[in-house]
Amino acid sequence: MRKFSLLDHQLIPKHEIMLEDELKSVLKQYAIEKEQLPKIKVVDPVIQEIGAQVGDVVKITRISQTADEAFYYRLVIA
Amino acid sequence: MNNDIPSIPKRVGAIKFGLISPREVRKMSVTAIITADTYDDDGYPIDMGLMDLRLGVIDPGLKCKTCGSRAGECPGHFGHIDLVAPVIHVGFNKTIRKTLRSVCRNCSRLLLDASKKQEFLDQLNTCKEMGHLPDNIINEVFKEARKSKTCPYCSTEQLEIKFEKPSDYIEDGHKLTPTEIRDRFENIPDEDVKVLGMDPASARPEWMILTVLPVPPVTVRPSITLESGQRSEDDLTHKLVDIIRINQRFQENRDAGAPQLIIEDLWELLQYHVTTFFDNEVSGVPPARHRSGRPLKTLTQRLKGKEGRFRGSLSGKRVNFSARTVVSPDPNLSINEVGVPFAIAMHMTIPEKVTTRNLELLRMYVQRGNGVHPGANYAIRDDGRRIRISETNKEELAEKIEVGWTVERQLMDGDIVLFNRQPSLHKMSIMAHRVKVLPFKTFRLNPAVCPPYNADFDGDEMNMHVLQTEESRAEASILMQVQENILSPRFGGPIIGGIHDHISGLFLLTRNENRITKNAALELLRKSDIRDLPEPASYSEEGEPLWNGKQIFSQILPKGLYLEFPAQACFKCDTCKKKDCEYDAYVVIEDGEMLQGTIDEQAIGAFKGKVLDKVMKEYGSEAGAKFVDDFTRLAIRGVMKTGLSFGISDEDIPVTAKVQIGNLLNEAEARVQKLIEAYEAKELEPLPGRTLDETIEMKIMQELGKARDQTGNIAGKQLGLENSAVLMAKSGARGSMLNLTQMAACVGQQAVRGERIRRGYAGRTLPHFDKGDLGADAHGFVKASYKSGLNPTEYFFHAIGGREGLVDTAVRTSQSGYLQRRLVNALQDLEVQYDGSVRETRGVIVQFKYGEDGIDSTKSDYSKPEAIHRIVRRVTGKEVN
Repeated sequence: MRKFSLLDHQLIPKHEIMLEDELKSVLKQYAIEKEQLPKIKVVDPVIQEIGAQVGDVVKITRISQTADEAFYYRLVIA
Repeated sequence: MNNDIPSIPKRVGAIKFGLISPREVRKMSVTAIITADTYDDDGYPIDMGLMDLRLGVIDPGLKCKTCGSRAGECPGHFGHIDLVAPVIHVGFNKTIRKTLRSVCRNCSRLLLDASKKQEFLDQLNTCKEMGHLPDNIINEVFKEARKSKTCPYCSTEQLEIKFEKPSDYIEDGHKLTPTEIRDRFENIPDEDVKVLGMDPASARPEWMILTVLPVPPVTVRPSITLESGQRSEDDLTHKLVDIIRINQRFQENRDAGAPQLIIEDLWELLQYHVTTFFDNEVSGVPPARHRSGRPLKTLTQRLKGKEGRFRGSLSGKRVNFSARTVVSPDPNLSINEVGVPFAIAMHMTIPEKVTTRNLELLRMYVQRGNGVHPGANYAIRDDGRRIRISETNKEELAEKIEVGWTVERQLMDGDIVLFNRQPSLHKMSIMAHRVKVLPFKTFRLNPAVCPPYNADFDGDEMNMHVLQTEESRAEASILMQVQENILSPRFGGPIIGGIHDHISGLFLLTRNENRITKNAALELLRKSDIRDLPEPASYSEEGEPLWNGKQIFSQILPKGLYLEFPAQACFKCDTCKKKDCEYDAYVVIEDGEMLQGTIDEQAIGAFKGKVLDKVMKEYGSEAGAKFVDDFTRLAIRGVMKTGLSFGISDEDIPVTAKVQIGNLLNEAEARVQKLIEAYEAKELEPLPGRTLDETIEMKIMQELGKARDQTGNIAGKQLGLENSAVLMAKSGARGSMLNLTQMAACVGQQAVRGERIRRGYAGRTLPHFDKGDLGADAHGFVKASYKSGLNPTEYFFHAIGGREGLVDTAVRTSQSGYLQRRLVNALQDLEVQYDGSVRETRGVIVQFKYGEDGIDSTKSDYSKPEAIHRIVRRVTGKEVN
């Protein structure tokens, strides 16, 4: 049994599954299809932790030295 | 949907490799080649010879008999030679050997039972599905099959097959002929071929044994006509001639029923020629040589290596309109300029279209011909014909020139060219300069642009490329000019700036209250566009007006510049007194006027220069370039005014200091000795996480390092800023206090891999020491200074340490070069889009905002709101918190 959440580690940024409408607005903003997003594998420990499925998009909120908070979006793939 | 992002470009889906079958060779062949001769007595290609007109044409005027095209259009067509007896293709020796050992010598079936075969086949299929390489599984097949001593199908006993270089297969003392091998391979059933990892449709094992040889088209092996009218054939043609000759002789001998021995010899000879036709550097085969003794360049040699087809011709490009020569400095040139020797300027040309506006000018260039500098080398008529301008036709051509022609005029002052020094590691390695045509034979450049190119003048050579189109010149002048590259995107600061003498010069000029007379002031500023001098700072006893260096430097600062920062010479006091700094090491510039401080590396140095950085960011690149030009000229005059020299006597220190240093080193040695005694008496406490041996080494190193630093301090106290080495070290112009310490006081510990020197003889470094001696001098501590001279053992240790440095740099450059190459190859297609995202060619996003913040570092003030704070301060008169 794992007694801790991966997300609690200071080196792991916040990952969350994106909602449909938020995803739409992001895709529209960059004028891209879902497939043109960066990818992440379902077997990735953090993806398993948050329980995302193939086809989901996760939003990653990183703490940036220069921009305080930076957003990153990755498509979960098999 | 949207057209902003290009659709995904077409990609090569798959490439299939296979073996070429004899049937395919015959199908693609336009003719069999049967005669070894090339041309008849009239110089006409012989039918069915190696230069048959059906194989394509290379001579202008002739038409290809296959496709009807002329030379240049005809791609060439393959022919073939029917080999009298099969021979082995050298490239497949490895596979032939493995296959031979894993099939039955009698029934040719794979030496594995059916279930095993199926198992491997399944493995291969899943491997293919997953897109993995099947190499490992195939090797396993060969390994397993080789183990069987008898065939599971016909129970024949299998014999050991020995492979002998270059291409002999010996089974139980008997040499297998290629025919025998081919027979065995032919009988391998298709299902077994699949288990061997081959696709029987496109690669049957017997195709590794050649029965028919494709003859490459003549376009692949063009012959050259020498000046004497003699034809010189390509190496491949020579080789093919050999093959045909032997083939014919073989045939004749066999038909005549020659003894087996002769047949075998000829067969071997045929094998040799076919082998060297493919690869002339096979180990165990003497390379086929030209009459002159030069080894022939055959197929493999054409492709392989740095100058081969892949690395040399396909990935490597060669260009015209380029020049290369040694570089040398010229501080009077602008940083945007490059001095080009006349000899080069007269060879390089720029095409200029003749219009009504420039007709007369271009006519003048043509009239001057190609022998006088601003002349022209070629004229291109409106029908596209190029005419070389010479002494004899220049007058005639000048008459004929009219609108619509193009004149290729020689390089002139103000033309824009690209300038480059290898290795081109960053974008600043290729920058655009304006030409200044100068006498002598070297490229000249302002020493301030040395840092981005990493150039010096110890014999470095650089390349120049002349831009040929208006668009390229526009692009180069907007994006690539030196002034556009002063700020490096790597750290957002200036990469171009003062070096060496520029720093010493301005340091000498701005330090203290220099008293500068009017004449001297004008002399200093004469190369800058300064028209008026400010109010003099003081007057001499005679009432003569005097200025100080800070005032002179202020003249080249732009108006409205505000800046405050600690100089390089700053002592890093616990609390900075800022404007009240007693060492004049705090620079204050107000409204373009330097009020206090000293200009040094922190102000104008390459990589650091704060003043230059500010000028660039607030006044633009043109002002930045002008500032660099101005301060380099001022600095050169400044350093000439005072003079700066260094000699052996500058390393002299008083006897008392020498004694002090000697005592200090002796004390340190005594302390080391004590440590050793403690160690030997096992009284030494090991440091946490270290063994006793490591502890003593560390403590000794520490002790000796401390001693060296202390000697440096003693020497440093004796040498003040009046010593030019100290001046250069403190201002950041060149060298460091450590260099000076080594010259004047003590060279210190020599190290290999960060440890004291231990290698050498058993238990000791040199026979001069006792075995097991841990003392300072026995392990590379150099007590002497460079000035006093090293004793023989010290000298030897110093050489060891020095050699390590050389080896290190050599290894590091090759390693980091390769690392960078891989990185660049991986990242070269990434591009920042207008929306700030970083994408690759397919439009897949890599970063949603460039660098997470979308900031161009060259335009940012190190991500600090200083500029805004200053504006607020200036408008409101209050500090921003």
